[in-house]
Amino acid sequence: MTAIGKVSIRDTVLQRGRGKERSRLLVFNHTVLLLLTAFAVIPLLVLAFNSVKTNLEIGQNPLGPPRNIVPDNFPDAWEKGNFATTMGNSIIYVVATIAAELVLGGLAAYALARKRPPGSDLLMLYFLVASTIPLWMYIVPLFVQINTLKRLGVDARFLLIMVYVAGSAPLTIFLLRSYMIDLPTELEDAARVDGANEFQVLTRIVLPLTKPGFLTVGLVVGLGVWNEFLLALTFIHDPNQFPVTTSFYKFVDRFDRDWSLTSAGAIIIIFPVMVLFLALQRQFIEGLAEGGIKT
Amino acid sequence: MAVLTRKKKPTSVFEKLSDETWRRKFLRNVIIPWIFISPLLIIHIFVVAIPAVQGVYMSLTDWTGIGMNVNFVGLDNYHRLFFEDETFGKSLGNNVIWMAFFLTVPFILALFCAAMLAQVKRGGMLYRSILFIPYVLASVVTTTIWKNLLNPRQGIGAALDNMLGLEDVFGVAFLGRPESALISIAFIDNWHFWGFLMILFLAAMQSIPPVLYDAAKIDGANRWQEFRHVTLPGIRPVMLFMYMMVAIWSFLAFDYIFLLTQGGPAGASEVIATQLYKNAFFRFQAGYGAAQGVVISIFAGFIIMIFVTLRRRGWDI
Repeated sequence: MTAIGKVSIRDTVLQRGRGKERSRLLVFNHTVLLLLTAFAVIPLLVLAFNSVKTNLEIGQNPLGPPRNIVPDNFPDAWEKGNFATTMGNSIIYVVATIAAELVLGGLAAYALARKRPPGSDLLMLYFLVASTIPLWMYIVPLFVQINTLKRLGVDARFLLIMVYVAGSAPLTIFLLRSYMIDLPTELEDAARVDGANEFQVLTRIVLPLTKPGFLTVGLVVGLGVWNEFLLALTFIHDPNQFPVTTSFYKFVDRFDRDWSLTSAGAIIIIFPVMVLFLALQRQFIEGLAEGGIKT
Repeated sequence: MAVLTRKKKPTSVFEKLSDETWRRKFLRNVIIPWIFISPLLIIHIFVVAIPAVQGVYMSLTDWTGIGMNVNFVGLDNYHRLFFEDETFGKSLGNNVIWMAFFLTVPFILALFCAAMLAQVKRGGMLYRSILFIPYVLASVVTTTIWKNLLNPRQGIGAALDNMLGLEDVFGVAFLGRPESALISIAFIDNWHFWGFLMILFLAAMQSIPPVLYDAAKIDGANRWQEFRHVTLPGIRPVMLFMYMMVAIWSFLAFDYIFLLTQGGPAGASEVIATQLYKNAFFRFQAGYGAAQGVVISIFAGFIIMIFVTLRRRGWDI
């Protein structure tokens, strides 16, 4: 009893000391964090400011808050940057890639996690090795292949989506497979005993329970495709098929001096991502962290 | 064990195929799983594996990228890279500078910030989210923002000069001058990147058992000792892994450089990937570009090998 009493007294003393120390030092912590937050946010704030200024005002006041707000830049940029088309294209790229990745990746991961057909280990090794091959090793031959297929009449957009799907295939398989392995098999067995077939086991038991894994993959892949620049620049040459990134690149090139226009365009591109990010902060941050560690 | 209890165990292929239960099992355990796997595998083979092999072959030819005239030239492209092309040495050097920058600046920044953030209870989530925002932005947007901010006449530098009553001290074309172009691009890329690293470190720090900190406290450790002996060892696996990834990424760097300077001025910010891109897609030297791709891959493979070896020797990654 006395020993316990001693420990608890020591604990409270320690805690009180720690509490004091903490509150004193946290001032320093918050100062540092606020400075770093400013570093992250101020460039974006300047962008937002400039997107509602006239060019004349940007000339006199390039960094500060706007004196009069001019919302005209947005419809102007939307028009001149051809955002109606390129936003639509980007949405097609993102949605189609996510859909294909989740369906095909989900099927493959399920087979690898649960059925383990002969050759599974070899296949995992293949994806492990393949995930370390840099894009630069195969971009030139891939460019040739894609051009050949394009000449044969295959839609370039379809080909770009296939490239995106392949690029994130290793990550998808590793992530979804690990989610499925963590799932106890008893649930599936119980469903089978109740007379469910394999397809029903997958759609009624496995999918609902591994939803977080699919959400993670969907977010990581979707964000990657929305922001992707290099592959789209290399493989898409018809301006009507440009995603927002490559189209915006050419747009900035053309209106180099027109900061209000390009700033408004930049806001248009990041707006959907920001909305989604603010709505799904935790999933985004944890998903990207997980994706980053597992690639 | 079901096999043992069965009366007749089919042995030959013919017998197996005529056995109904075996056929059904084979279908369920081999055929269907492989049907599930094959679509993604086939796409991946066509997009990555086959072109990767072709890339190696292409690097041994003098192909321009158009037409049918392909001559096998052996290792000529590699000889040219390492012994004749002076710009390649310069680019490789820039990749090394890039790597030195990214193995230090973002790591220190992220480590420091994560250590600060790990102790904050109230508002921690808000900081975390805001600091992560730059990472979700597209490179085309980030580069546009910073091109404007670093503009010599209307950017931050000019404002600073104005405030301090100076002229052309900070208001210089950081991206347009050979001596500062590469480091300015690295700074911009890091603005986008470091928050991601910070989040990884923070997550690792938060998974360290609090008991260890209490033990350190009881042993009379100060905050630095706590950080040095509890926090750092706790996040070491993540740190080492990210060291490897960042080292690899340093050889693949492309987007920010291409978008901001295209490798200029006068090759001052050129790296292997930008050079490869120009060779393959602008200068009709597909074979030569492919050789640079192979070299990049070898560097990446080399870094992976170093880490795998260290790990095998017990350096826990």
